Amino acid sequence: MHSAKGFYTVGEPIIDEKSPAGPIETRWDRRRFGAKLVNPANKRKLTVIVVGTGLAGGSAAATLGELGYNVKSFCYQDSPRRAHSIAAQGGINAAKNYRNDGDSVYRLFYDTVKGGDFRARESNVYRLAQISVEIIDQCVAQGVPFAREYGGLLDTRSFGGAQVSRTFYARGQTGQQLLLGAYQALARQIAAGRVEMHPRTEMLDLIVVDGRARGIVVRDLVTGGVSTHFADAVVLATGGYGNAFYLSTNAKGCNTTAIWRAHRRGALMANPCYTQIHPTCIPVSGEHQSKLTLMSESLRNDGRVWVPKQGGDSRAANDIPEGERDYYLERTYPSFGNLVPRDIASRAAKHVCDEGRGVGPGGLGVYLDFADAIRRLGRAAVEAKYGNLFEMYQRITGEAPYEVPMRIYPAVHYTMGGLWVDYDLRSTVPGLFVIGEANFSDHGANRLGASALMQGLADGYFVLPNTIGDYLADGPFETVDSAHPEVTAAVSEVVDRITALLLVNGDRTVDSFHRELGHIMWEHCGMERTEEGLRKALKLIPALREEFWRRVKVPGGGEGLNQSLEKAGRVADFFELAELMCVDALHRKESCGGHFRAESQSPDGEALRDDAEFSYVAAWEYAQPPVLHREQLTFEHVEPTQRSYK
Amino acid sequence: MAVSGVALLLFVVAHMVGNLKVFLGPESMDGYGRWLRSIGSALLGNEGVLWVLRIGLVVMIVLHMTAAIQLARRARAARPESYRARRPVQGSYAARTMRWGGVIIVLFVVYHLLDLTVGVLNPHGVHGEIYRNVTADFQLWYVTLAYTVAVLALGLHIRHGIWSALQTLGVSSARVVQTAALGFAVFICVGYLSVPFAVFFGLVR
Amino acid sequence: MRLTLRIWRQSTKDDGRLVDYRLDDVSEDMSFLEVLDVLNEELILAGDEPVAFDHDCREGICGMCGMMINGVAHGPERATTACQLHMRHFADGATITVEPWRAKPFPVVRDLVVDRSALDRIIEAGGYISAPTGSAPDAHAVAVPKPDADTAFESAACIGCGACVAACPNGSGMLFTAAKITHLGVLPQGQPERDSRVLDMVRAHDDLGFGGCTNTGECTAVCPKGVPLDSIGRLNRDLLRASLRPRR
Repeated sequence: MHSAKGFYTVGEPIIDEKSPAGPIETRWDRRRFGAKLVNPANKRKLTVIVVGTGLAGGSAAATLGELGYNVKSFCYQDSPRRAHSIAAQGGINAAKNYRNDGDSVYRLFYDTVKGGDFRARESNVYRLAQISVEIIDQCVAQGVPFAREYGGLLDTRSFGGAQVSRTFYARGQTGQQLLLGAYQALARQIAAGRVEMHPRTEMLDLIVVDGRARGIVVRDLVTGGVSTHFADAVVLATGGYGNAFYLSTNAKGCNTTAIWRAHRRGALMANPCYTQIHPTCIPVSGEHQSKLTLMSESLRNDGRVWVPKQGGDSRAANDIPEGERDYYLERTYPSFGNLVPRDIASRAAKHVCDEGRGVGPGGLGVYLDFADAIRRLGRAAVEAKYGNLFEMYQRITGEAPYEVPMRIYPAVHYTMGGLWVDYDLRSTVPGLFVIGEANFSDHGANRLGASALMQGLADGYFVLPNTIGDYLADGPFETVDSAHPEVTAAVSEVVDRITALLLVNGDRTVDSFHRELGHIMWEHCGMERTEEGLRKALKLIPALREEFWRRVKVPGGGEGLNQSLEKAGRVADFFELAELMCVDALHRKESCGGHFRAESQSPDGEALRDDAEFSYVAAWEYAQPPVLHREQLTFEHVEPTQRSYK
Repeated sequence: MAVSGVALLLFVVAHMVGNLKVFLGPESMDGYGRWLRSIGSALLGNEGVLWVLRIGLVVMIVLHMTAAIQLARRARAARPESYRARRPVQGSYAARTMRWGGVIIVLFVVYHLLDLTVGVLNPHGVHGEIYRNVTADFQLWYVTLAYTVAVLALGLHIRHGIWSALQTLGVSSARVVQTAALGFAVFICVGYLSVPFAVFFGLVR
Repeated sequence: MRLTLRIWRQSTKDDGRLVDYRLDDVSEDMSFLEVLDVLNEELILAGDEPVAFDHDCREGICGMCGMMINGVAHGPERATTACQLHMRHFADGATITVEPWRAKPFPVVRDLVVDRSALDRIIEAGGYISAPTGSAPDAHAVAVPKPDADTAFESAACIGCGACVAACPNGSGMLFTAAKITHLGVLPQGQPERDSRVLDMVRAHDDLGFGGCTNTGECTAVCPKGVPLDSIGRLNRDLLRASLRPRR
């Protein structure tokens, strides 16, 4: 076996000191009781910066404002209402057990730990399950229009293979409605003067003074002006980094800059290789493709996945006779069939396409066929269930799924990794807190469906506002002088970097580099990773990064709105992160959750975890090469098992 | 806008009912005119109440026009730079022509007053002989044409006006209201146009 | 496909003008924004300034994109945002005029990018329910009749893109305002602030320089989420009710 050594060094183990031991049911209570409180009169003397206005950032800024802190909120979009949480379709889990179908906090906890393939902390996940209940109450009180039954009570559905019906939803727009709830709460605090809002403002660096996170360097995207903002604590809620793959279901603007810059300033990055790839997205139609659109997983309840038996079969789908079709999921996984978990469905699709049996442009797609369902249930019933999804598909592809099978292909959807945080959601930099998708905390190596919204809101509404006080109780901290060497250094680094990007004046566009980086990541650090592939990626990425700094062409200047410049800075950071993702993937020789190493599989091709060797969180310190700090994971409540879907 | 519009609409309906008396003959029509002038004469003298109504009407027209001008000014201020290419998607013809339609109606009303109230522009022009004045008018093709254009403008104005007024006053079932408004506008047009056409085609002499 | 894009270019307050760009190799599978991407790549390599336009999610939900395409907000397809509009709806050889939203409260930042923060100001004026975190009763404490929940949802679907304002001949933001009034006003949770909400939001709307509503219905016709015109009727009803009652 090869060794990944050389790409990293190993440092001291790291432990989460904030999580109380003892009975798991009372850990959150005991932590809240143990945490120091901030004197109410002191709160207005304390300033907190919150970067990002999605479910986590929006809810945190609003709640901190309600508590009486001075909050400064930042987002790159033109309004806090547009953060990409808005695009979440499916729903939000909560252990309400309104259905009386056997759900409980413990079951949601159990399912989440198991779904994360035993790579998440039990304490965090248990707290998440506990808080899930309060989230629904909070959102309903704010006026979130969840789906209701005729009796006027909330409707729920079962989601992502869960055996209980615990997912609350608002048609296919749950994320939008939850985000608007948080946005409205935030708007109320803005109007009350508790939150100072800075839209179209991008964080470009973290300011650390005397070992504490004390502010950020930002660029006003309209004027181009670079400025600093100071605070007693900084909260990053800047989302995931799926756009390292260029094509993903993320919004175009989603980026890693905030967390990557914080990482460079000392925050550890945990499990960066854990990426969730969603099996049912609309395939790429050509080189111009700028983004991938997700379609609800529920489609697999009635659709049958197939490809032609013969590679290179160029007949239209409906001309391929039944005998020449390969319903490969039903064939390989007879008991779960088309409903195997996301990662298995995604990987299987990649395999058949790699064999040359893929369909559609470029051979990157498989059929999801509703002909049987239409025959069995009738067109009307299928329309009632999936009508809006079919419409969306037709709008994008111009094909009607009632007549021809849909084409689907997997796409990067969510990143479980992120900045390392303790039970208080504090990073390794004192005063720097990280919430939502930007941290690594609750999903382990894979995330259950309808859990992202739950985590974002749990962090923002309930966890952070309670834990940040423990840190702020020692404040207000000494006023930061903007002439402090750490501050001027951070500002000049930002300015120099912008200047450097503008000065290259090469012959390739930012997008062309981003696309190429994405291609490398997708090929070698995507659904299936191999030692060889990752090593190759670790050669290609630095070379491409070097080329980027030599050949990129960023038109315009630093003043005023310059969207190419914004993109260039983000892509430059993606290069660095992508490399760390590959190092992490290379070092983790086991397969777990969203991370599948071809070398680690059971004889029948299943992902094989290695608990003896890898039952830890990999927290990376920024250095050349990066330093690995392990946080050992222990499982007192949920016994780790290998899953099987055969 | 909505309130003054509703008041004006009530006048339009009452006026139409009066017009239809043409079909009952000269006595009915002229008698109606005398009655109008004499309402409440015991209290306010001849034409007393009529003048109160007239003043009320003028106030409503002024209010309606003021509101319209304010809205138009706000609209202009809200879009200082206009689109180079513009294509309305749905906005009904009626909705888009409210402002010009209003101007046409006002111009017509001025002529109409000089014609049939003051009488100076009327070919017959004898005060009190309403029936004769009317029939003299509509034997002329251009008078009939002008009248028709004005009534159609009024119809369009009412079609959007009724629905818009109700929406402004808080009725919120667009489709029902829109259909009702269309029906009402057609009713008004037919009512008003029946007189000139009946005269023009010789059904009423 | 071959296309001519006639795009509004503007970098300072007064230098706006339409500029023609030829594109010879447009795929009908491209979205409208992807065509702009392709154009921008060409412009950058030719040493020109790319066209600035707002966009983010590219799946029709964030509300960031928005432009007048051939004189229609978000282009010719109903209930579709510009990012979800595909080129198969255009004829080969067509000339397509692209302009920014135009309204006084939406000043042009650059090219097709406008500042829509006025919409945030309207929400800040009262487009919320005061429910501080932690204060909520159990979610099932109050049942909400399904028809009310559905009406609330229909209006809550607004993505705040500003197409209603852009399309309105009066430059009015009434559909946007009414969507929030309706969403919160039909729910039991929204009752305590119902009067103050409508008064404050409408005042903010008027003060920001939006035009008055004359119920032309252009707004709902171009709304990518089909927020119904009825919501404006509801707003007016609430406004009337609130205005007639003494303010507490």
